[in-house]
Amino acid sequence: MQTTLATTSVSDEIRFGAAAFDVSAAQRRCRAMRRRILELSQRLPALHIAPAFSCLEIVDTIYHGLMRQAPDGRALDTFILSKGHGALAQFAVLEQLGVMSRADLDTCCHPDGHLGGHPDYGSPGIEASTGSLGHGLPMALGICLAESERSRAASGQAATVYVVTSDGELMEGSTWEAVLLAPTLKIHNLVVFVDLNGYISGGKTSVYHPNLYPVADKFRAFGWQAIDCDGHDQTSLTKAVDSKDPLRPLAVVAKTVKGQGVSYMQDKPMWHYRSPNPSEYQQALEELAEPDSNALDPNTGRSSASPERGSQI
Amino acid sequence: MRDAFARAFYDASQLNSKLFMVVADISPASKIANFKTECPSRFIDVGIAEQTLIGLSAGLALRGFKPFAYTIANFAIYRPFEQVRDDVCYQNLPVTIVGMGAGIAYSPLGATHHTLEDVAVMSSIPNMTVLAPCDPAETEAAVHFAAGHTGPLYLRLGKAGEPNLTAQAQPFEFGKIRQLRPGSGACVLSYGPITKMACDLADKLQAERGIPAAVYSVHTLKPLDTTGIAAVLKQFPLVVTLEEHVERGGLGAQVKQLAWETAAPCRLHTFALQDRFIHLYGSHQQLQQAHGLSVDQLYPQISNPFQGTSLHG
Repeated sequence: MQTTLATTSVSDEIRFGAAAFDVSAAQRRCRAMRRRILELSQRLPALHIAPAFSCLEIVDTIYHGLMRQAPDGRALDTFILSKGHGALAQFAVLEQLGVMSRADLDTCCHPDGHLGGHPDYGSPGIEASTGSLGHGLPMALGICLAESERSRAASGQAATVYVVTSDGELMEGSTWEAVLLAPTLKIHNLVVFVDLNGYISGGKTSVYHPNLYPVADKFRAFGWQAIDCDGHDQTSLTKAVDSKDPLRPLAVVAKTVKGQGVSYMQDKPMWHYRSPNPSEYQQALEELAEPDSNALDPNTGRSSASPERGSQI
Repeated sequence: MRDAFARAFYDASQLNSKLFMVVADISPASKIANFKTECPSRFIDVGIAEQTLIGLSAGLALRGFKPFAYTIANFAIYRPFEQVRDDVCYQNLPVTIVGMGAGIAYSPLGATHHTLEDVAVMSSIPNMTVLAPCDPAETEAAVHFAAGHTGPLYLRLGKAGEPNLTAQAQPFEFGKIRQLRPGSGACVLSYGPITKMACDLADKLQAERGIPAAVYSVHTLKPLDTTGIAAVLKQFPLVVTLEEHVERGGLGAQVKQLAWETAAPCRLHTFALQDRFIHLYGSHQQLQQAHGLSVDQLYPQISNPFQGTSLHG
């Protein structure tokens, strides 16, 4: 099963690149998605808000700036959220794209709904079930090989697999099995974003494992191309991928802030699980308000005056 | 069995270009070597990385391929248990996990290389199918079934040198117990290579007591042929189960349950591995004997009509 990302088809395969990526529109989108996630948090408990906020720009960039689609709207590339507890980021992007419905998210973690707290294979737009850390990258290797086999049969270009891992996942042995193996198998159609927010639920990763840093060097030592960047700067994310070595897998080590966008959540471990109370919620909405809110749809963050490319898919 | 597996996989691969062979440090022998030479892109050795063996196989299956993940049984399922459960079974993917040398076949290598409880562990996962053929010919039939199966499958194999027991048998039918020889006074239900011992036990009953004993291969352990086994429990005055596996979660416990549920009138003996790790580093046969499993140890127990479980008086 592959995702259909569009209800509106476009004229040709598109490879979005840094030059075409509308960063200010993306910033508006991400603010709107943060507001939407906070809105959900008022109805649903334990939704992993801060881990979703740390990877939101990365996930938005992958869908809007990197993944290609066929003329019929079918996604040609694959996205796997290996840090499944960031599901709200992916759900919000998929809702914004029209792949998931508003009702899908409204009933998330509700007995009448079909979405849980982690991505489930079979849900709209979800390519693999994740939730237990360290599973996404090995599965991604298999998808990369499958896409290479398909492209060999069709004499075409192998589709790319984009994966988002957390820095906590770098403590899992299975992650390093796959990191070691990918260049050995000459897997080239793989881009891994490490959401380097610096925390696991128990505290700072740098305290747990001082020797994990610098992360990019570990990937390079295993034969990967690795690029450091700011995980909330979407231009820097797309530029990193634009400079990908076509022969090697790429690790984009993206420095992020857990709880990015809401001042009191930033780098506070308790927001790994907690939902804001009503006054905290209001404060968060004020911090995430649009400078010119009249020009925007309050839910999608799209500007009615200037339709952006991202709105097509 | 290894060679039969290799032959059957090779033959199936000639008809199905979706088949992949994914191994973890298993040298391609017999016809697997031919497959590797002829289809190098569909033969993948992940090295000593069993979590990635299963995760990568799940990834291939997510894109429509049909991988056989092949290594020694204990490595194939115990180290990557969570990948088997989450990546393969939870996503209900057509991955065949091939466990070679199951049971206590690698007797001198110690319990790290044994699977005393693999049928119980694999059968307990939703969506999983479990097959354990008794001889090389049945292995070939099981492989051809697995190649066309649409969900997760654990194929429990022996090692090498197993005799052929099914030359005169009914055809292999998935999900049905298979009569290897007819009988009337007693019936032995078994699976895997220890079915040879079941045949020898039946021979001894015939030779020494004149009791014509039937033998069935219960090659499909999940879904278990409860209808066929219930008929056996009703038809024969003496029913014996024999397995190279602990009783809990194995065939013996399930047949006992079925006997109770169907108010079976027969005497029932369930022979299995003991619920302990035995530090005996001898031959396969010697370790079986240490568990109490040999014709000479079993025969006196079944030939005495006052022994055995008579569940309903």
